[in-house]
Amino acid sequence: MKDFRFWGLLPAHVMMALTLIVPILIIVAVSFATRGAYGGFEFSFSTEAYRQILFNEGWTGELEFNPQYLLIIGRTVILAALTTLICMALAFPVAYWITLQGRTARVILLFMVTLPFWVSMIVRVYAWLIILGNEGVIEKALKLTGLVTDIDTLLFNSGAMLVGMVYSYIPLMILPVFASIEKLDPALIEASHDLHGSRAVTLRRVILPLCWPGLAAGAILVFVPCLGAVLEPILLGGGKIMMMGNLIQMQFGGARNWPFGAAIAILLMVLVMVFLLLNGLRATRRAMEEMT
Amino acid sequence: MANRTDVRRYRGLGPFAALFFLWLYLPILVVIIYSFNENRLVSVWSGFSLKWYAAALQNQNLMNAVKTSLSVAAIATIAATAIALMAALVLVRAKGVKFRRLSETIINLPLILPEIVLSVAVLILFSQIGFSNGFLKLVVAHTTFCTPFAFLPIRARLQGMEMDFEEASADLYAGKWTTFQRVTLPLIAPGVFAGAMLAFVISMDDFITSNMLNSGGATTLPVYIFGLIKQGTTPELNAISTIIILVSLLVAALALFIQSRGGGSMIDD
Repeated sequence: MKDFRFWGLLPAHVMMALTLIVPILIIVAVSFATRGAYGGFEFSFSTEAYRQILFNEGWTGELEFNPQYLLIIGRTVILAALTTLICMALAFPVAYWITLQGRTARVILLFMVTLPFWVSMIVRVYAWLIILGNEGVIEKALKLTGLVTDIDTLLFNSGAMLVGMVYSYIPLMILPVFASIEKLDPALIEASHDLHGSRAVTLRRVILPLCWPGLAAGAILVFVPCLGAVLEPILLGGGKIMMMGNLIQMQFGGARNWPFGAAIAILLMVLVMVFLLLNGLRATRRAMEEMT
Repeated sequence: MANRTDVRRYRGLGPFAALFFLWLYLPILVVIIYSFNENRLVSVWSGFSLKWYAAALQNQNLMNAVKTSLSVAAIATIAATAIALMAALVLVRAKGVKFRRLSETIINLPLILPEIVLSVAVLILFSQIGFSNGFLKLVVAHTTFCTPFAFLPIRARLQGMEMDFEEASADLYAGKWTTFQRVTLPLIAPGVFAGAMLAFVISMDDFITSNMLNSGGATTLPVYIFGLIKQGTTPELNAISTIIILVSLLVAALALFIQSRGGGSMIDD
């Protein structure tokens, strides 16, 4: 058993080192490299890539403030935060309602929550493309009501991206929230009621605080993938309203500025780390375990 | 009446939940319904037809993408599950492992890092070392991010298990390998199955990494579908999506069935 301790972990560690840790160190190095003449990069130290996030270099070499990328970064954080908040607002009542059902119904309803999650991500995003698209279900319904007659398009805006992201990640919020509500002792709710706490007060002072760990775990599971979202912005945002994920992807595709792409990737990673640290290690570990 | 006086209940929860489930399933239903549309335009209904299914099944590029996806997912699942199983056995069972927490965090790292960052990282690595086989690139990258998904259910299963049976087996002069094969493995099988299943689904579903590493001859199904969507929505896409939806639902139902019999943890409870 003694040597198993060594070689049992060896494959996992070698793999993670070679395909994860070394590559991330390489990204850090590339972000400080110089852009190559024909794409790629050259190893000569420069902070150009980071400067480019905020400033353009003018004709004579003077720096000119450029809010273009800051806008994308801000949009990414705001959309990810909004998605997380909407997911919380939707998941909490639904999860709460599920805990009130009988044992069999609970299992079936939870299964129904996770079921769409088994369907390929790209198919789920495509579904919204059809629904929100020209002559799609929503547009037809709006026209039938007669309130709106002339719709340019419901797609290719931040709202469409938001709907797509909430739809994609909502099960990751419901599961941990459900787990925390289920652990809640009903006697506490009854006690609050006996002490003349109204339903609203009980919800605010008893139920929500006790379910906070579940909401926090769900927030990690939703916020982190949203920060790195790629599909929703490309398809539902039409590629013009970008998020950081698209910006990174572009630098390694058509635009071909590897050091700049690497710098944005590092920035994204730092954003995720800051968020995880704010939430605390316990919530992070809990979130990872909820994931399966 | 009992319901109305139950202080745990709040008014309006039922209708809210009903609307939520409608919203959750409406998009899937719309895709399925319009896949039977005879018209070339997705949203203009002109009659029932199965012709888009025929077109999808005869689409050679689609079939190649399915083949690539299945092969990558199968190899990555086997590799990730084997790596995760060995690591879980050590991390849960062995005594005196140094840096246990750190080891676990490293294995679970792909869960907390944005996938786009990981995909860029491996892209740069592969280009630097001149690794150019598209299929193998996918297998390596998929194995990495599938490993934590295989690891967590196996670890959960191992943690909930006593050592009694293995000790009994050792008392009966069974060797370590025999004990593992005949006692440990059958006991943790539901966890291993759940982990492998999750890894497979995650690999099949992956878009970001597969798209980043996409090269000739190694186009996976989601990447191929993405290409089709960019050319415009067609009923054939709906037919392909419907087939994917039905297969996913079958797999999910199968997983639930096996879980309910074996008690493995697929949906955390």
